[in-house]
Amino acid sequence: MTSIWEPVIGLEVHAQLLTASKMFCGCRAQYLGMAPNSNTCPVCLGLPGTLPVINQVAVQLTIRTALALNCEIPEFSKFDRKNYFYPDLPKGYQISQFDLPLSLNGLLEFEVEGRLVRAGITRVHLEEDAGTLHHAGEIQNASFSLVDLNRAGVPLMEIVGEPDLRHPVEAPAYLAALRRTLIYLGVNDGNMEDGSLRCDANVSLRRTGASELGAKVEVKNMNSFRSIQRALDFEVARQTELLDQGQSVAQETRGWSELEQVTVSQRSKEEAQEYRYFPEPDLPPLVISRAYVAELRAALPELPMATRRRLREQYALSEEQARLISETALDAAYFESVVAAGAPPAAAANWQVQNLQALCNAAHISVSGCPVRPELLAELITMVVTDQVSGAVAKEVLAEVFETGARPSAVVLARGLGQVSDTAELERLVAEALAANQKASADYQGGNDRALGSLVGAVMALSRGKANPKAVGQLLRDRLPRK
Amino acid sequence: MAIEHTNLSDPAGIDPKQVARLSRLSRLGLSDDELQRLGSQLGAIVAAVDKLAEADTDRVDPTAQVGGLTNVCRPDVVLEGLSQGDALANAASQEAGLLRVPAIQ
Amino acid sequence: MTLLDRSIVELGRGLRTGEFSSVELTESALADTRTVDGELGAFLRTTAEAAMAQAAKADRQLAEDTGNRSPLLGIPVAYKDVLCTKGVETTAGSRILTGFIPPYSATAIERMEAAGAVGLGKLNCDEFAMGSSNENSAFQTTRNPWATDRVPGGSSGGSAVAVAARMVSAALGTDTGGSIRLPASFCGVVGVKPSYGRVSRYGLIAFASSLDQVGPLTKTVEDAALVLEVIAGLDARDSTSSSAPLGDLRGALKAGVSGLRVGIPKEYLSMEIEPGVRDVFDISVSRLEAAGARLSEVSLPSTEYALAAYYVIAPAEVSSNLARMDGVRFGPGFGSAPNLMAAYESARHLGFGPEVRRRIALGTYVLSSGYYDAYYLRAQKVRTLVSQDFEQVFKEVDCLISPTAPTTAFRIGERLADPLAMYATDLLTLPANLAGVSGMSVPAGFAGGLPVGLQVLAPYMGEATCFQVAATIEEMAQIWQIRPAGHANLESPV
Ligand SMILES: [Mg+2]
Ligand SMILES: [Zn+2]
Repeated sequence: MTSIWEPVIGLEVHAQLLTASKMFCGCRAQYLGMAPNSNTCPVCLGLPGTLPVINQVAVQLTIRTALALNCEIPEFSKFDRKNYFYPDLPKGYQISQFDLPLSLNGLLEFEVEGRLVRAGITRVHLEEDAGTLHHAGEIQNASFSLVDLNRAGVPLMEIVGEPDLRHPVEAPAYLAALRRTLIYLGVNDGNMEDGSLRCDANVSLRRTGASELGAKVEVKNMNSFRSIQRALDFEVARQTELLDQGQSVAQETRGWSELEQVTVSQRSKEEAQEYRYFPEPDLPPLVISRAYVAELRAALPELPMATRRRLREQYALSEEQARLISETALDAAYFESVVAAGAPPAAAANWQVQNLQALCNAAHISVSGCPVRPELLAELITMVVTDQVSGAVAKEVLAEVFETGARPSAVVLARGLGQVSDTAELERLVAEALAANQKASADYQGGNDRALGSLVGAVMALSRGKANPKAVGQLLRDRLPRK
Repeated sequence: MAIEHTNLSDPAGIDPKQVARLSRLSRLGLSDDELQRLGSQLGAIVAAVDKLAEADTDRVDPTAQVGGLTNVCRPDVVLEGLSQGDALANAASQEAGLLRVPAIQ
Repeated sequence: MTLLDRSIVELGRGLRTGEFSSVELTESALADTRTVDGELGAFLRTTAEAAMAQAAKADRQLAEDTGNRSPLLGIPVAYKDVLCTKGVETTAGSRILTGFIPPYSATAIERMEAAGAVGLGKLNCDEFAMGSSNENSAFQTTRNPWATDRVPGGSSGGSAVAVAARMVSAALGTDTGGSIRLPASFCGVVGVKPSYGRVSRYGLIAFASSLDQVGPLTKTVEDAALVLEVIAGLDARDSTSSSAPLGDLRGALKAGVSGLRVGIPKEYLSMEIEPGVRDVFDISVSRLEAAGARLSEVSLPSTEYALAAYYVIAPAEVSSNLARMDGVRFGPGFGSAPNLMAAYESARHLGFGPEVRRRIALGTYVLSSGYYDAYYLRAQKVRTLVSQDFEQVFKEVDCLISPTAPTTAFRIGERLADPLAMYATDLLTLPANLAGVSGMSVPAGFAGGLPVGLQVLAPYMGEATCFQVAATIEEMAQIWQIRPAGHANLESPV
């Protein structure tokens, strides 16, 4: 695409924090699956006379995230009220942060199409989530709405990105990198479907090379990586067309319609909200000591990009393997445990990424949480590389270990799957196979190498997979000397 | 910095459009008569409050809160809340455990 | 004479010696709420059944000597209706909360109940505590027992009247710009505005969160100390509540004022003050001097801006605090409104009275972009100046004394048409709220047959000094036993 217009995109991400309780009251932060309005108290219902009290862990997790995103942590921070009326907002204001957020000026590095992109993080601040609304059909046409306040007051981190993205394809990559970081930190579960991770985008176009920004359109309602990509593609095309025709782009809020695959105007600038922010008088400010910041910084785990780099270098993994294994910190830790338990890194990577991952995906569980503990996978891999079992048998064994959590050696023993390397037994099987496959024997002796493969296969079949294929090959060659 | 402004307001009242905007923003649903009356009262109050412009507030920090408390937090502990019935007990309109509100648009 | 002419300490003695029971005391108090209150209108609702049960329980505890040594055990009290009471309708004097039954009680009320006080019911007030006369209640006009054509002062007017008319021994009120001290002054009772953070605001339906404080209204200074001791202290549910020790209030009552440095703020006294009020003030000052206090004139130069700052900050917080009154989760609802906007407007238009609407609109205005810096931010800076004035002056003196209000109780209706005249009623009291310092109003005499209260202000968390001075003023004035009934035409006994 060669356009004279350059997209300027920034993302605003809202991430629910994995605390036990809500932001300002003792209700549960995990509300999914509960009966409506059964996870509330006078505080999060916004009943008259009730007051908020800050969840200390929510502050901690936000600073932790901000540090992982290379932000500065100012010494002084406070909460503000963002005032607007909406039925999912019980108090008529959201407790959020306006001019003195917990963190500022960060940076997120991510790769897209093999390129390293560095996008600025404007700020990471802390606020409270709203409740949820249910309607019959689309909100615009529903004759009434129903309000569930189970989610109201869940701690929500807002991560505001600088408008540093220059192509729609960078948006899902940015979000994926951010999501991976949040999961690494254990601050968010990364679930976009359930809305515990949500993303809005600001999109504008400017003449390539220009420095001032065009009219900004805020795009909402994108509930997956795919919808982000499509919504931004659509929006960039829409704005390009307007500008190409000499028209101007209206500054407004637009929603992505999954059904129609278009963005739809929701609110113009004229109707823009006037939030009347002011300092929350019910909450004393926060003074974040340098010692506390240092303590949280020291406790940061290795982050995805670093893990990926290290896996590649330390274990000589391919780029692809390193990327897959570093998807979560737990996956990476699993891999390293398997290696530590004696499996060669290359084999460990293959078995984890291919065989084990497939089993886990089918069962909707994580590698780190599956019954195949790292030492069990290592034991199995060791049995393969020392020719105690064949690869094919090992896959069967893995499936059983995945079901039962039993030791691979015990499974092999119990099911008599041990590889047969005993020469007398193999000689007997080879003799039987040669007797039954005289044509193949002749072909091999006549110079056809592929015939040896089918003979090995025949022996393997007779042994029901237990014969050691290498030993069988050797025996066959010994028995069938070529002229 | 000297005094930045004097009498932003018109003592005779504030702009009726402005009053209507305030009424809309704060969902007061005032009638035209009420807007008129409120406009002139607000004008008088704002004129009195313009006294603030005379105070020398150069190099003065704002006070949002007295008492000087900081870092008042609670431990991240789950506490017993309200049952669905108790949560909805005061609601004028509800349906199937949810609060009911009229069409949003 | 009724039993409730006696102080809390005297009543406690009667209860413990078996002269009368809490049930008898409570029955007689409840009878008064049905007779005396017919004309005065202090109570919005009584909770007779719960009161009798609580009284019976107190009697058992008194008989069994269970170790509850609280001086409030078995004593009839009542609460301003901005304080939530679990299971009992709480309206804040507003139509928009009609039928609201909180599933929790305010911390201050929980503490009163835990101390064994017998709650008789909920007291009238200006709607959401916004007013200086009690005329802004959506439900009824409370009358001043000293002259029933006059206001009791506000916004804790029902609280002051219930105590002044001897229906209860103590009432809880709230003070945002003078709402305890002013009605205390107008009704001839003691009223304490504790330092900001001294008493938990949990369960107090917020007017202006950074200014509101809960405090007692009682007949005597000692009674006020007994109540404050019960309700004060840190509460984990209010992040702005303080753990600062209350100090020895009972000791302060007996300490006298010898050597105490008492300041007279010249800006307060240079305001237009009714001559009769001025007389009471002057006489009290000379008595304090005679008792050994060292009086001096002091200056709080930013006082002239305090009213303006207050009428920016308080409405700004109101506009936000009252946004939750939207008809969705509580309140009378919004009828058959066709859409959400109409529903909100219907609930709030029907629900709020004119003064509340005025303050919401004003608060919305001063927070709007384009006006924020000129009004809200500047008011916050002026608030700093007002606080600095107090800090400075409390280096020179231990406390300040002034009239509580420039006038005695005015006539019902007199200031309704002019919001600014009404706002000026709080000129002498609201600076203390901006700065968060401790304050108190104590009856010191009469003017034209109406009570006059003096205001004592002491540093932040310096309540003990307020009580020290107030106890001396009370002792010298010797008027607390004078009850309003039959004294409507009383000439000043000072
Ligand atoms: Mg946000
Ligand atoms: Zn809650």
